Amino acid sequence: MSALAALIRRDIRIALRVGGGALIGVLFFLTVTVLMPFAVGPDLALLSRLGPAILWLGALLASLLTLDRLFTADHEDGSLDLIVMSRTPLELACAAKALAHWIAAGLPLIIATPVLGLLLNLDGTATLAVAATLLAGTPALTFTGMIGAALAVTLHRGGLLLAVLVLPLSIPVLIFGVAASQAAISGPLPFGTPFSILCALSLASLVIGPFAAAASLRHGLD
Amino acid sequence: MKLTETLTDLANPTRFLALTARILPWLAGLTAILLAIGLYQSAMAPDDYQQGATVKIMFIHVPNAWLAMFVWGVMSVAALGTLVWRHPLADVAAKAAAPIGAAFTFLALVTGSLWGRPMWGTYWEWDARLTSVLILFLMYLGLMALWRAVEDPSRAARAAAVLTLVGAINIPIIKFSVDWWNTLHQPASVFRAGGPTLDKAFLWPLLVMAIAFSLLFITLHLAAMRNEILRRRVRSLQMMQASRVTFTNEASSGSGAGNASNEIGAA
Repeated sequence: MSALAALIRRDIRIALRVGGGALIGVLFFLTVTVLMPFAVGPDLALLSRLGPAILWLGALLASLLTLDRLFTADHEDGSLDLIVMSRTPLELACAAKALAHWIAAGLPLIIATPVLGLLLNLDGTATLAVAATLLAGTPALTFTGMIGAALAVTLHRGGLLLAVLVLPLSIPVLIFGVAASQAAISGPLPFGTPFSILCALSLASLVIGPFAAAASLRHGLD
Repeated sequence: MKLTETLTDLANPTRFLALTARILPWLAGLTAILLAIGLYQSAMAPDDYQQGATVKIMFIHVPNAWLAMFVWGVMSVAALGTLVWRHPLADVAAKAAAPIGAAFTFLALVTGSLWGRPMWGTYWEWDARLTSVLILFLMYLGLMALWRAVEDPSRAARAAAVLTLVGAINIPIIKFSVDWWNTLHQPASVFRAGGPTLDKAFLWPLLVMAIAFSLLFITLHLAAMRNEILRRRVRSLQMMQASRVTFTNEASSGSGAGNASNEIGAA
């Protein structure tokens, strides 16, 4: 247990350090959100209607952007081999790494959401709904994305391949995340139905992600 | 026990090639005959009282959609074969199935949207069944991209196997999407509790077409597996030849360097 805690602490510290690059995700999130009004026009009514979708899309792309770092840096300096060979089960180590990655790269996105909501003319309820769905949904993005990151690191290919593999898996999260936010803002569905499916997706990926990533690391690294 | 013995026998690619060379013509012939019967029966099937002649799109659309899911199932079994039993032909089977499955999925989407235009009034609707099949299509393409991204086939095989098993979660979602989300696409009318709701005049041609399409898949799959085995043999022969050329060059340049040092020594 202390090994896992140490792994989480180490990963967070590396991610937040100079050169860690976790906060680049927030910057990217901000840039994508600022780009949208230029694309669809600065119509505030339209922006507040599209707001949840824009924020979700921005958060999805931002978390995809930082996923590449989940295993690559450790693979380059050799510490990934040590983690694979250590006595801690690899599945738990993968889960710990993903958790650390979510704390360092996913939580800042949620903290930034209220500020970006102001730019998109979202009122208090809407911002709160988007932030709550992001809080429930981004773990699913990180934990399913980890599968793609593990595949990419064993194949020595990152970037576009990772995006092509991960994006189809993240479509359900996007669907229910946006559906729950829209339900909270305008109805007619109750907020609880899509929100609980979103939570279920996160919990399922919490189980599947570490096992699939560990399997791919175990079979793929040489 | 018998099955495992057969599977172990087939682990030898040469034996597999010999066996499939004998089976393939028969399979191809049977597929052609069944397809001809199925198409004839489909053409002769009566028009629907509501849909008119467009109901005949069903005889192409439904088998394609079934096969789209079935092929992913075959690839999932092959993925287990790669990761668990390390069967040497499992990754060949998985790799050969992916483009065929993608083609079936694509045809299911195209015929479905052609059918949807006169019936629903739209080529495309973001309905649960349509969306989940589109995701399946994207995952087929991602899998093919993964196979193409890595030169070493055995490395790519293990990565693709993990991705295939993760993607298999989508299959039950597609199957039950029409029951869970009550949207535009009609619910199941053949494989359902309480028997099919389809009339016999439509059911028989559909079943014949489904068997014909399954045989078509098996034929294409075995042929593609043969091609893949031969392609790998060509690849390893080319690599052997390349390494031989390199060795000869190194040897000759090495002797050249030796001569040079001799000359220097002599000077």
